[in-house]
Amino acid sequence: MDLFQYDFMLRALVGALVIGLAAPALGIYLVQRRLALIGDGIGHVALTGVGAGLLLNRSPVLVAVITATLGAIAIELVRARGRTSGDLALALLFYGGIAGGVLLVGLSDASSASLNSYLFGSLTTTSPGDLITILVLGVAILVTMLALRPALFAVCHDEEYARVSGLPVRALNLLLAVTTAVTVTIAMRAVGVLLISALMVVPVATAQQVTRGFRSTMTAAMALGLFAAAAGVWVAATADTAPGASVVLLAIGSFLVVALVAAGWRALRRRARPAGAPAGEPHEHEVVLR
Amino acid sequence: MSVFQVEHAAVGYDGRPVLRDVSLAVAAGEVVAVLGANGSGKSTLIRAVLGLVPLSAGSVTLFGTPQRRFRQWHRIGYVPQRLGAGSGVPATVAEVVASGRLARRGLLRPPGRADREAGAAALRAVGLADRAGDPVATLSGGQQQRTLIARALAGRPELLVLDEPTAGVDAASQEAFAGALRGFLDGGGTVLLVAHELGPLRPLISRAVVVHEGGIAHDGAVPEPAGHHADPDHEHVHPHCDEEPAGLWSM
Repeated sequence: MDLFQYDFMLRALVGALVIGLAAPALGIYLVQRRLALIGDGIGHVALTGVGAGLLLNRSPVLVAVITATLGAIAIELVRARGRTSGDLALALLFYGGIAGGVLLVGLSDASSASLNSYLFGSLTTTSPGDLITILVLGVAILVTMLALRPALFAVCHDEEYARVSGLPVRALNLLLAVTTAVTVTIAMRAVGVLLISALMVVPVATAQQVTRGFRSTMTAAMALGLFAAAAGVWVAATADTAPGASVVLLAIGSFLVVALVAAGWRALRRRARPAGAPAGEPHEHEVVLR
Repeated sequence: MSVFQVEHAAVGYDGRPVLRDVSLAVAAGEVVAVLGANGSGKSTLIRAVLGLVPLSAGSVTLFGTPQRRFRQWHRIGYVPQRLGAGSGVPATVAEVVASGRLARRGLLRPPGRADREAGAAALRAVGLADRAGDPVATLSGGQQQRTLIARALAGRPELLVLDEPTAGVDAASQEAFAGALRGFLDGGGTVLLVAHELGPLRPLISRAVVVHEGGIAHDGAVPEPAGHHADPDHEHVHPHCDEEPAGLWSM
């Protein structure tokens, strides 16, 4: 694998691995609270930050982190209100974000290729400085998600119970919103704002086909994210495909394979069961096959 | 000293009053059932006690501390009506019950041996020790309800607050639940529960509070159910409309 003798490929690989590990570790909480597409929405908002950064000649990633964080906090505040109009407010934020991004990038001197690199990722142009940003923030996200797992699990599983447990529910929700924004912006370099949500959600969806608990789902999802990132970068390097798209397609491919295998396994098990056993929820006295 | 005290509390949703001028004090060791028709405000009353809905007037005191300044949440175990509508990610029974230790442990301390032991003991108390590793989604409704009770018991609370713990729950789970509650009471606990039907809990209840149209209509002995609700075979599972006879629980 002499491709990885080039520094830029090595940087691409390390960046992708960190993101492949961190994105599902955060994504599992978003999936658990049925906010699977929030990463996508925040990605749209981050694009306005990119546009503003390019226009002002400031670091687009840095401005995107700030913009996405503000957007994420706004979304969380709307969500916490729990009004039906929240749906519409989110739509306004999402489309406002992407339209603002396209407009601002157009106003700046940047080419449409540079817009593309943020929309769909540009892993191979990761600079040493970018890599350090990805490493530091990625590790911070991972440590936070793992260390606070019991509390974040409780908040995402049953918010009212978490409040009666005296947990700082509002602070934890804001923390999740902010880490989502940070994950989106560091992953922007790897897979682009339009594909980032896939890395947060698809490995979790794959893992929960076969897992029984939250912790095992989290571990499996992180392993799957790591695999998709490594294999995706390798495929991109050998077949000269777009890295971001390769990573995401591999993640979706694993989902399909695992879903098929799990369905086949369940069908086999059902056949092994005595005839007439009721399907669906096991009853009080029913023996559960393991 | 009372475990909690509600004084002249009023609660409204979108300007529509749900509770008006409600006062209630519960002392240690009492087992209080809050009864009433759907929409009477009985669930709102316990949610107000827990601080889940804001008061528009009046006050709530928990263990002698005004609710706003109350921080000893480990003294309260809350059992919601049901598990959130099947969350996206699977979780085992033991993982859900482990959440019950957070009020004691706090945000950052990782779970230790005491936490695991309390979780296992709570699962034994509700008769689900053999299901600890199973995903909660594969449990029956009654078993899920018992999981939530085990979660509350795992925190070793002094006050247990339950929202309709027996609604739509199978007989075996109701019995297991009554047993768990008896164990909690033997340990000196206080219970506040909302119920539509008392079922096997009836002998445990020491005091009944009937909520009617946002006010307390009765506070004292457990009233006898009237009409077809008195039928021992009556299964209370039909949906209720707002026009339900108001005098259902009146003496």
